[in-house]
Amino acid sequence: MQESTANQVAGNATSSFTEHLQRDRPDLLPYNRSLNPATAPTAPLQVPHATTIVAMSYGGGVLMAGDRRATMGNVIASRHIEKVFPADRYSVLGIAGTAGIAIDLTRLFQVELEHYEKIEGTLLSLDGKANRLGAMIRGNLPMALQGLAVVPLFAGFDTTAGVGRLFSYDVTGGRYEEREHHTVGSGSVFARGALKKLWRPGMSEAEAVSVAVESLYDAADDDSATGGPDPVRQLWPVVYAVNRDGARRIPESELAAVAGSIIEARSAERREA
Amino acid sequence: MTQQFYVSPEQLMKDRADFARKGIARGRSVVVISCQDGIALVAENPSPSLHKIGEIYDKIAFAAVGKYNEFESLRQAGVRYADVRGYSYDRDDVTARGLASVYAQSLGAVFTAEQKPFEVELAVAEVGPTPEQDHLYRLTFDGSIADEQGFIVMGGQAERVSAVIAEGWRSSLRFTGAVRLAIGGLASGTEQGEAGATLPAKAVEVAVLDRQSETARGFRRAFRRMNDADITALLAEED
Repeated sequence: MQESTANQVAGNATSSFTEHLQRDRPDLLPYNRSLNPATAPTAPLQVPHATTIVAMSYGGGVLMAGDRRATMGNVIASRHIEKVFPADRYSVLGIAGTAGIAIDLTRLFQVELEHYEKIEGTLLSLDGKANRLGAMIRGNLPMALQGLAVVPLFAGFDTTAGVGRLFSYDVTGGRYEEREHHTVGSGSVFARGALKKLWRPGMSEAEAVSVAVESLYDAADDDSATGGPDPVRQLWPVVYAVNRDGARRIPESELAAVAGSIIEARSAERREA
Repeated sequence: MTQQFYVSPEQLMKDRADFARKGIARGRSVVVISCQDGIALVAENPSPSLHKIGEIYDKIAFAAVGKYNEFESLRQAGVRYADVRGYSYDRDDVTARGLASVYAQSLGAVFTAEQKPFEVELAVAEVGPTPEQDHLYRLTFDGSIADEQGFIVMGGQAERVSAVIAEGWRSSLRFTGAVRLAIGGLASGTEQGEAGATLPAKAVEVAVLDRQSETARGFRRAFRRMNDADITALLAEED
């Protein structure tokens, strides 16, 4: 009797917010609403999709940038969507795929990290954070099989090792550590091509911001689902830099200047591609 | 078959209350002070890792005295309650009043229904945009809840400590003054305590809810725990 009570207490002790929801409020989990295969539509649902995210390391940390467009089939669903979020003080994540689920997953992941920190009194290690995110993506697998996939990109500063690190995922929750740079989303092939030419080891933060904005510019050039810098509406990519001091959002004014100089340089060259 | 003796409900409740009071009176004290800069939470606690003060949510903190396992389970339950609420509604919908009422109900249920009451006393503090909008709730072992103004003192030597704090408390105190006052109060409650006594930084646990966390530091979370070096630096500052 004594032992079973102790076992029960130990079994109930969890520092994970997701586990707590799974047990007490499963209806609140974003991926717990699997569609019934009999009633599921054969064609993919027409829902907003978030597109290109780029991430890269630079001297002192990592940087992540996302364009501002969400598409629904051939229609632009949003010009203002933000797809790169701070996960906690030392990490950021960017999301591509079904926007509705992705935004809920991001919110859940942010609460998960904060919850652990409050219960345990310490931050989760960067690998721990990356694994938790992988588990959430795996939880979404049934929805992914029905066409509602979410593919994140995760970047953070490893405070113990003192370096910035990048992680990519597949829809089954597989977690892969990336070196130098990585891209996800519909425009990722074009952005990746640009990064291969533009990225150099040991760049400064300002150079990395410029490279990120330029690679998104190239992605928008060839992928209709990726939005380029928009001087008419004053819309610029969302860029976060993470280093030893934590995550910082690059201010709009800096991005406007960077995007402006890229557009100017391209116009001056008067080249087709 | 053995016959149970009749015990009147009054006697039963009195026995339980005396039991809980004795347990709490053995512990060291905790002080929560609302001031100009925010809310300062100060506990006499030599352990650097077994905390009596904790963060619950963006603007809400928790402080407790009594049995560690009992208040720790209440603290974790509070963090879960707040996180579920903030996740399913919105971050602004998590309030100290809601949390305090959940605590009051759980403590009340444990007091009447369980084998033994919880030997704890809790404080739930929420920092507002101005000192007038701060909320301080005190919760006792039987589930009673009190809305306090200015400061809360809990624990073994509450009366002696409270007298010192009441004398020095002003709403215009900065964190430096509030923490110094709290440490002075806690020192007067110790065995060899007398007026003007103080405690070393190692012997106290200090955390603050910063009123200006969003404007000054860009953090939504107002709670900040201070380590020994921070405490020493804070106490060295001029008022």
